[in-house]
Amino acid sequence: MTAAIHEHETPYQPVFVGDRRKELDALFPLYPTKMACILPALWMVQEDRGWVSDAAMAEVAQVLELTAAYVKGVVTFYTMYNQHPVGKYLIQVCTTTPCNICGAEDVVSAFMEHTGCTDLGITSADGRFTIIEVECLGACGFATPVMINEDVVESVTAARVPGILAGLK
Amino acid sequence: MGYPQPSHERETPVLSKYFGDRDATSLDGWRKRGGYEGLRKALSMTPAEIVDIVKTSGLRGRGGAGFPTGIKWSFMKPGDGKPHYLCCNADESEPGTFKDREIMRWTPHALVEGCALGAYAIGAETAYVYIRGEFTEPLARMRQAVREAYDAGILGTNSMGTGKRIDVIIHKGAGAYICGEETAMMNSIEGRRGNPRIKPPFPAVSGVFAQPTTINNVETLAAVPHILVQGADWYKAMSLSSPKSTGSKLFSVCGNIARPGNYEVTLGFPFKDFLYDLCGGPLPGRTLKAVVPGGISVPIQTMEEAEASKMDYEGFIEQGSMLGSGGVIVFDDQQNMVKQIARAARFFAHESCGQCTQCREGTAWTTRIMERIRDGEGTHEDLDTLFSIADNMTATTICVLSDSCAVPVMSGIRKFRSEFEALIKKPKFHPVTAAVA
Repeated sequence: MTAAIHEHETPYQPVFVGDRRKELDALFPLYPTKMACILPALWMVQEDRGWVSDAAMAEVAQVLELTAAYVKGVVTFYTMYNQHPVGKYLIQVCTTTPCNICGAEDVVSAFMEHTGCTDLGITSADGRFTIIEVECLGACGFATPVMINEDVVESVTAARVPGILAGLK
Repeated sequence: MGYPQPSHERETPVLSKYFGDRDATSLDGWRKRGGYEGLRKALSMTPAEIVDIVKTSGLRGRGGAGFPTGIKWSFMKPGDGKPHYLCCNADESEPGTFKDREIMRWTPHALVEGCALGAYAIGAETAYVYIRGEFTEPLARMRQAVREAYDAGILGTNSMGTGKRIDVIIHKGAGAYICGEETAMMNSIEGRRGNPRIKPPFPAVSGVFAQPTTINNVETLAAVPHILVQGADWYKAMSLSSPKSTGSKLFSVCGNIARPGNYEVTLGFPFKDFLYDLCGGPLPGRTLKAVVPGGISVPIQTMEEAEASKMDYEGFIEQGSMLGSGGVIVFDDQQNMVKQIARAARFFAHESCGQCTQCREGTAWTTRIMERIRDGEGTHEDLDTLFSIADNMTATTICVLSDSCAVPVMSGIRKFRSEFEALIKKPKFHPVTAAVA
């Protein structure tokens, strides 16, 4: 596992041991190939570690009998796998057209202002917040939807932002 | 009903009847509301009989393409000795559309029932429900519903005591608009990058895991149990305009409108009444300027076109657009169309998978030009260039994402040209006149 050399969290602790390994093994009968379990396996990694490191990709490759390069190819295709550590709260603001016409850009600005994040995708100095713009969250009638970690907050306006952030403290 | 708005008397609530009713999300609650009767009835019939009923009902795909569901199912050849698969497309990510989200949030068992029924009808023992990763609440509700259905013997090796095996498996996506394209979705389920595949072979011949596969939208599958219970004729009779468009359909309404939300109406409903009566028209003091009636991939309509439209597959085509997914985006007089079309182009540039040159380069190039015009840096030649790029992006690629980017740009320039020209301050460069001067 040479990828571990470049790892921030050395030595790498495997994800797929104990209950996680059992959980993964239980998925295998649901699909005709082991490769089909790559998305669920990567989700397990992200749930446990908060992001998907190169070492984790190597581990996923090993348990699914794939190459690390193949796994990286898959990881980089999908936007929801974090390829870098993110803040305690990952705040994803939808700014696609339907939300844009309802003021989503103001919502982004309000989050930036009240979290101290200097730029999109850059975690705040205290490590608490990472803000990104996200393409259509599929909740356009509840503009602006904001995804904070696993929760979607509906109908967010710039005025509501300080209150929402206060609830995270 | 018009969740989150109260139900309107002119709606036809079939799929949305229990939106907002927390009790309907559980198996017991769903059974009390007549749930799983469609599946029970279906399992007593042959798959061919079910396909015939669905064909007769006139049900067409609710995901965007509008292909007749019964005909799609009839492509699956029974007894070919191969495993068949049903894939339910719950990757709802077409900007403006949020109907499948509410179906899964409020009536997850309706979809589980539809999946089981559809799987049986096409000779499949496995249905994969591909739900986009951002839909955390619908995912949780669907997982709960599937668990309950297994525990109650509705799913599993002996579905409802009939000895038939039906498995429904929830597969969580990970953020990719393109995975809503059916062949990209199959690649994603197989554990690959979500690149669309060249057709043919069509999914019914070689789909997921290279086996015969049918892909249906959430709303399509959720409608099937109702058709089984109430009959094909009942469904077929729900039609206010074109006889080729039958049944009820959910429309998601968003943007600059008084009452955004989901509304369910009989196909053929007048769009003008829909916008002003059901949805409450514009916000106070504003007027409506443009409507995208079927998700951002369909042509933009002027209000004149929108108000003349009948809400069905044929009606929107007659008025220069398409029914698409039923995601209605309303723009009012406060919006600059150039800015919003530029934002739509950026969406497509972000979501292009990058396989085809026309799309990979075209979406990005279109975005750069659109944003340049938006920022007052555009030229008149830019409009010609946009048309030329759009032309090269249409019908030249593996899937239609490329076309979808070209559509709002072309329809936007044609219908709102004055807004583009107002932002273009530089005079058109005429080499001949310039030389003479």
